[in-house]
Amino acid sequence: MSALSGTAPAAPDPAATTGAGSPDDPPADAVLDLRDVHRTHGSGPAAVHALRGVSLVVRPGELVAVMGPSGSGKSTLLTLAGGLDRPTAGQVYVEGQPLHALHRRDLARLRRRRIGYIFQNLNLIGGLTAVENVALPLELDGAGVRRARRLAQDALTEVGLTELGDRFPDQLSGGQQQRVAIARALVGERRLVLADEPTGALDSQTGEAVLRLLRRRVDEGAAGVLVTHEARHAGWADRVVFLRDGVAVDSTAPLAGVEALLAGSNR
Amino acid sequence: MSIRHGLLALLERGQMYGYQLRAAFEESTGSTWPLNIGQVYTTLSRLERDGLVRSLPESEAGQRPYEITDAGRADLALWFATPISRTDRPRDELAIKLALALTTPGVDVRAVVQTQRTATMRALQELTRLKYASDRPEDLPWRLVLDAMMFQAEAEVRWLDHCETSLVRHRPPAPGPAPSSEAVGRSGEEARR
Repeated sequence: MSALSGTAPAAPDPAATTGAGSPDDPPADAVLDLRDVHRTHGSGPAAVHALRGVSLVVRPGELVAVMGPSGSGKSTLLTLAGGLDRPTAGQVYVEGQPLHALHRRDLARLRRRRIGYIFQNLNLIGGLTAVENVALPLELDGAGVRRARRLAQDALTEVGLTELGDRFPDQLSGGQQQRVAIARALVGERRLVLADEPTGALDSQTGEAVLRLLRRRVDEGAAGVLVTHEARHAGWADRVVFLRDGVAVDSTAPLAGVEALLAGSNR
Repeated sequence: MSIRHGLLALLERGQMYGYQLRAAFEESTGSTWPLNIGQVYTTLSRLERDGLVRSLPESEAGQRPYEITDAGRADLALWFATPISRTDRPRDELAIKLALALTTPGVDVRAVVQTQRTATMRALQELTRLKYASDRPEDLPWRLVLDAMMFQAEAEVRWLDHCETSLVRHRPPAPGPAPSSEAVGRSGEEARR
């Protein structure tokens, strides 16, 4: 029975299990650095504690999946990481910039330039073509139309839609629309890609293609956070963090490189 | 699956000696099932005893090739034609472990669930990596083996999620020493009948 004594209930230490750096030792190369982040909605007895002290560091070339049951705080974590919402307590850094303290205008610029979002509902604009949808964040950011269109076309090529740039969303299949949304998230110099159930209602083959794209961008040096409830999708990540009731309860250790895995199997 | 039928299937491609069989077996299972050469020779000698393969004269290099017999082909065809029975598979240790965890005092069942989920998730990550790296057409058999292992890992994670949800809803029977021990005794007797 001695083996069972180790499973006695104990409060898990999120900092120890998510591989986060301590506040005294900020990782210089982190693209995303969440430090003891709390988010509470409402106050008093009706307060909902969506996140209760989560720390997470994501470096270039790293894809982290966040898993957990409904209401565990997965999506809240993503909106805080993307600067769409501010923490009640704790700090959020993207490329060393403190999102929790930035002026609104600076925050909006950082979001447009450096952070890409892929949501389950695609938020494509129906009155714009695929290439116009993808170019939009660059144009909003003041890029010239020609430059924005060229970069948008590059991003569409990256997702395999070179020929479909002048189609409107309703002229594209669900899988193609999702790829346009991904191109929009990847366009330009996005360093942090945040995806919330990005494969949505896509069939498994199309869903896998979406994850391959995300994986490739991360392998090229971006940092990625993928929120999902599907183990199959989380399998694409370098590290999987498990949330429960707003707390990170565990995480998988970072994987060895592909080369090491392949060497291990003599392939 | 038996190594026996694996070797028969490989010999159906043509005659091979022990080391070739081992290499071919490992290649077709993507090295997920390493064989030692002793297992190969033990299996070959049993197959020969049963008349399913025959050994051929040694080559000049001292290697003894084997070939499949007609009886071996029939046995192989039967194997391919017969579904694998679920009752022939090993008992699911994890399911039994969780069932026991629920009824063993002092065990944090949620911790057992989480520890297993993390380990299985990590295995799934490694399998996904291997699949991502294996996209040549000739990798198809190996990719299908990987897919099978991925589906199993995914199913296990889903089942663990299900267990966790059930645990949240679970209200253990009120502790009352005499009635609960009677109840355990009764259900134990029922189970034995």
